[in-house]
Amino acid sequence: MDAIILQILNGLDKGSAYALIALGLTLIFGTLGVVNFAHGALFMIGAFCAVTLSRILSLSHEVEVPGEVDFLGNPQTRDVPYIYDIFGESLGAGIIDWAVPLSILFAIPVMIMIGVIMERGLVKHFYKRPHADQILVTFGLAIVLQEVIKYYYGANPIPTPAPSAFVGSFDFGAVIGFEPGTIIYPYWRLVYFAFAAVIIGAVFAFLQFTTFGMVVRAGMADRETVGLLGINIDKRFTIMFGLAAAVAGLAGVMYTPINSPNYHMGMDFLVLSFVVVVVGGMGSLPGAVLAGFLLGILESFASMREVIAIIPGINQVIIYLVAIIILLTRPRGLMGRKGVMED
Amino acid sequence: MFGLDKKDGSLLLLVAVLVAFAPFFLNPFPEGSAMAQFNAGYPDLMQRFVIFGIFAIGFNILFGLTGYLSFGHAAFLGVGSYAAVWMFKLLSMNVIPAIALAVITAGVFAVIIGYVSLRRSGIYFSILTLAFAQMSFALAYSVLTPITGGETGLQLALDDPRILGAAITAEGNIPVPGFFGLEMRDSAELVLGSWVFTFNVGYYFSGIIMLIAFYLSIRIFRSPFGMMLRAIKSNQQRLNYTGLNPRPYTLAAFVISGMYAGLAGGLMASMDPLAGAERMFWTASGEVVLMTILGGVGTLIGPVLGAGMIKYMENIISKINSDILHSWFAFLPDGLEDLVVTLIYPFIGKGWHLTLGIVFMLVVIFLPGGLVQGGQKIAALFRRKKEDEPKSATTEPAE
Repeated sequence: MDAIILQILNGLDKGSAYALIALGLTLIFGTLGVVNFAHGALFMIGAFCAVTLSRILSLSHEVEVPGEVDFLGNPQTRDVPYIYDIFGESLGAGIIDWAVPLSILFAIPVMIMIGVIMERGLVKHFYKRPHADQILVTFGLAIVLQEVIKYYYGANPIPTPAPSAFVGSFDFGAVIGFEPGTIIYPYWRLVYFAFAAVIIGAVFAFLQFTTFGMVVRAGMADRETVGLLGINIDKRFTIMFGLAAAVAGLAGVMYTPINSPNYHMGMDFLVLSFVVVVVGGMGSLPGAVLAGFLLGILESFASMREVIAIIPGINQVIIYLVAIIILLTRPRGLMGRKGVMED
Repeated sequence: MFGLDKKDGSLLLLVAVLVAFAPFFLNPFPEGSAMAQFNAGYPDLMQRFVIFGIFAIGFNILFGLTGYLSFGHAAFLGVGSYAAVWMFKLLSMNVIPAIALAVITAGVFAVIIGYVSLRRSGIYFSILTLAFAQMSFALAYSVLTPITGGETGLQLALDDPRILGAAITAEGNIPVPGFFGLEMRDSAELVLGSWVFTFNVGYYFSGIIMLIAFYLSIRIFRSPFGMMLRAIKSNQQRLNYTGLNPRPYTLAAFVISGMYAGLAGGLMASMDPLAGAERMFWTASGEVVLMTILGGVGTLIGPVLGAGMIKYMENIISKINSDILHSWFAFLPDGLEDLVVTLIYPFIGKGWHLTLGIVFMLVVIFLPGGLVQGGQKIAALFRRKKEDEPKSATTEPAE
């Protein structure tokens, strides 16, 4: 029992990332009907927002240490981040320590801006082109974004630690009444899952309970009629594209402590996220979230030693295998709507 | 010529001439000159030109004619490579059985994968093929290590059985792949003044196979079967209504194009007898998509052009460094020179993928027909000025 709970927990953090990216993909697909292969790149840019902010925060200048000299007799210096000068030493150190969560505030405007520019500048021109063209042009864009990041940040992963309060693990098993020491779980993964749940909830609430969301849902159902009613649906869809980009970006920001960001992390996630979207059902938001968590958890179950002993290699292929089975038995995916991308 | 009409015949002839004389005009700069590094006429690169040409021709039969975008075509290339290397290990170092087995194995894989994937179309088909390719990659990397060599890849060894032919050469080395005595790595050099031209057995062998593959693809494009595939691309529903089942045709196209990929993989292993799982990775599948689109989807010559261009860029642009740039722009005033070099620098050397991505995006946005369409547009521009012969001489896109 404890092993099962442990695997479910292990699957949650990856599942959260899948669910967030798949949610953004589905938002874009559901509103604009565009298959966005650059969505993984947005996830990656989000992660590098965190890297950028933590670098900005730790920008420092040299200060002489009074009364100390090095072996050449010059005054000893040490680096002091500018932020210490502004906020004082203890608060400054705290801000640097919390760089990753703070990046959320930094990433939201950046990602919305990138999303809007992307939609207005490029994707807009591809609404009437075939899906294959949309895939191809966004695939090209993904390569470009990835290479730009590689140029400025290098090819190596950049470690970006979580705040020291969340470093380490805790005994989750003891909390829910198992023997101590059976279910050890890192704090940050729990934070990530909670964060993903909040974001997903926020997106659904936004679509369900605001006028803006209502109009967007109406536009997803019948774009033309909404347009005929005198509502500028294009503008709202552009904003939705920005929001989807922000969701992907935030997923990336918070993922940095789990996996040090590198320039191709987006592509690695993109392939899987597409599988997730297809399994969940193209155009279905709940389907995307459900399939994300489901596949994340399945993947972690498949990597249990007992399972690998029975079917070797299953952990590598489980997601694809599930996708193939689902696509062949339920062509619309788990929760796909009728008439969406059926040809 | 060979049952081709005049236009296609001259196209085939043109490609044949290009392949035959490639060692000359890919080496336009004299040896030792500053521009010599832009010579592409060395065997390794020329082999890659034609082999990826075959791969792209095959991919074009599927994507160009039926419109099914496969994102997992590299799996067949990888399977072909493995099959060929196993043939070298077990049977003999002759490339013919190796290539034959590569094509057959890839074909069998294509039947299985195609039968499943083709039950869906559009983006679902792309995802399914991608899923299959990633599965093959993951399995080849981990569980199938006894067959595939895992992370190190499959290599020849001194203790291979090799039923026909020696396991070890007289000098105690591993023998090299050959074609009835002609070793693939053998080259002849021709020195003309300060120019050096290399003629490589492996290159010409692959070149001839590419010409055959190209000829077959022309025949497929012009056949009733090719017509059927175009009908599937333009309107599958109407085809259904006329009482025709499109699936056998798409499956046939899928298998043919998979066999082309297997052929390319087999040739790759024949030139350099090793095979690794990274050949199946999805970026490799993406590369052949780029080649085909860049050259011109649905055109005959496009994929070959695209393959050549991408492989040229990969090898040549990535060699330019900032010193070379500085020497190029040395005629500019110092400040301006530095500025120009800084502006261009991200796009060269290690940044060639960036150039590739930008070029690819521009092509998809402005030239959906690829380089071939670009050529046609330019040709039409000139023709309009002269106002004669409205019909274009180059190949037309399938759509």
